[in-house]
Amino acid sequence: MVTSPVLSHSTTELLSSLSNGDLTSRRLVESCLEQIHLQNPTLNAFVSVDEGYALELADQIDTRRAAGEPLGLLAGLPLGIKDNMCRTGKPTTCGSRMLANYRPPYDAHVVERIKAEDGIIVGTTNMDEFAMGSSTETSIYGPSRNPANPDHSAGGSSGGSAVAVASGMVPLTLGSDTGGSIRQPAAFCGCVGLKPTYGRVSRFGLVAFASSLDQIGPFARDAAGASLVLQAIAGHDTRDSTSLQRDIPAYSENFRASIQGMRIGIVDEHFGKGLNSDVANSVTSTIDALQELGATVHRVTLPHAKYSVATYYLIAPSEASSNLARYDGIHYGHRSEQYDDLVDVYCRSRGEGFGPEVKRRIMLGTYALSAGYYDAYYLKALRVRRRIREDYDQAFDNVDVIAGPVSPTPAFPIGDKANDPLAMYLNDIYTISANLSGIPGISVPTGVSPSGLPLAIQFQAPLFDELRLLQLAAAVESLR
Amino acid sequence: MERDEVLKVASLARLSLNDQEIGEFGRQLTEILSYVATLEELDLEGTEPMPHAVDASNVFREDTQGESLTRDAALANAPQTDGRFFMVPQILDQKDA
Repeated sequence: MVTSPVLSHSTTELLSSLSNGDLTSRRLVESCLEQIHLQNPTLNAFVSVDEGYALELADQIDTRRAAGEPLGLLAGLPLGIKDNMCRTGKPTTCGSRMLANYRPPYDAHVVERIKAEDGIIVGTTNMDEFAMGSSTETSIYGPSRNPANPDHSAGGSSGGSAVAVASGMVPLTLGSDTGGSIRQPAAFCGCVGLKPTYGRVSRFGLVAFASSLDQIGPFARDAAGASLVLQAIAGHDTRDSTSLQRDIPAYSENFRASIQGMRIGIVDEHFGKGLNSDVANSVTSTIDALQELGATVHRVTLPHAKYSVATYYLIAPSEASSNLARYDGIHYGHRSEQYDDLVDVYCRSRGEGFGPEVKRRIMLGTYALSAGYYDAYYLKALRVRRRIREDYDQAFDNVDVIAGPVSPTPAFPIGDKANDPLAMYLNDIYTISANLSGIPGISVPTGVSPSGLPLAIQFQAPLFDELRLLQLAAAVESLR
Repeated sequence: MERDEVLKVASLARLSLNDQEIGEFGRQLTEILSYVATLEELDLEGTEPMPHAVDASNVFREDTQGESLTRDAALANAPQTDGRFFMVPQILDQKDA
């Protein structure tokens, strides 16, 4: 087994080894490519790898470093990006037959930011088709597999990004989170996954799923890595009108801070029936340990949280049915070879190009938005969404963060829920309300279950307060 | 959800479905819709809909000319093109033209 610097070094150690010359970017990229060759056939984390580009860029950065030139925040670090972020001329398939041959004519904002900060994108990672799923089982490339136990799910939809980091293929990746798609796979695989505040990171060039919920964020092995990537990608972008016009805190400088006096809220309903006891015990003992570090614990209530899955599965499919109307078989994407007329081009191209989960959600959203049902379903869900948000606003009057589980269970076996859409949807119960409310959330590893599967804790904070989440992630790390 | 209703929604969504999908989606959508019906138990009188997570007012920018995609780049992913336009099947009958 080849040892990987990614597995043996923290993000901070990687950065200092690169800057003091103990490690070259070339060597680091080569070792990441070795790990990908070794592990990807089993784990299926990467769906495209760009070796030539990565090695050439690594050499350029090493040369610039040797010449003493100023370098960006991510200088020389290899990254993977989820396969729904556009790169000029490179595959961006969204795990769908619809976009199997699509080559975007432009770079996503986050891709521009990574390039500007001298990060090296080595490839794209597996995902549920159009980010619709919680296990990567809806990908045309088949499921990613959990590094802790390949018979178990990597989670989803950003499963490939979580596996790539947890297995040491690359130190950092990007994912997108619409209902938990960063936090849940991070919890399943055992790495840090952060969903920033809605609008913190520009969605320009992210293939749209549900535009009022989608947000890009990092996967990393530690709080330092997540801070670094967020620092690099956050900020206003005029090409996304929902991107926040707010100052970006110095995450990387300030994530190591005392949590003395931090007020942690816990929600009784989060620990009710359906929660696996290994998950519950790990969350509870982590909160106890944070108390010993000086945090205080308070009970809060989120009375509408139990409606979050129902609310989400009306709003997200509604937005998706509208967003995915653009796939018409005319401008780009799959076109059927057989058709009668123009409408038939649309119907057959979409029928052939989309997989079952995407079709199911388009159908659900189309129904919820259709004449006679709009008020009863879509508009009602938007009203409950406000109630869910108001619960958080009230809770955050009394606490700085809310702590709880990420997912009701550790990683479930692949295939376990593949034929039961509702069971799969209910798996998102603890993550969805952050998306509906726009607030940031983070998943942090807490240990492993008796059967060897990773366990995790989730923290959620008020709008714009990612820094506090990163500080808590660092505090949990310090407990190891 | 009956077969007729599944077909009506599929037609609105411009999705061709096979017989197996029609049956499955009818059953699954019925199950999902009966689950989301739990929202019925809430009295939402006086609660305004919340379409966006972070309240934002309209965003304006200067109306200045920027760069746009070249014709070649815009057509590069088209399933069918003559090098100048996106090609679609004939829309009008000859006699309508």
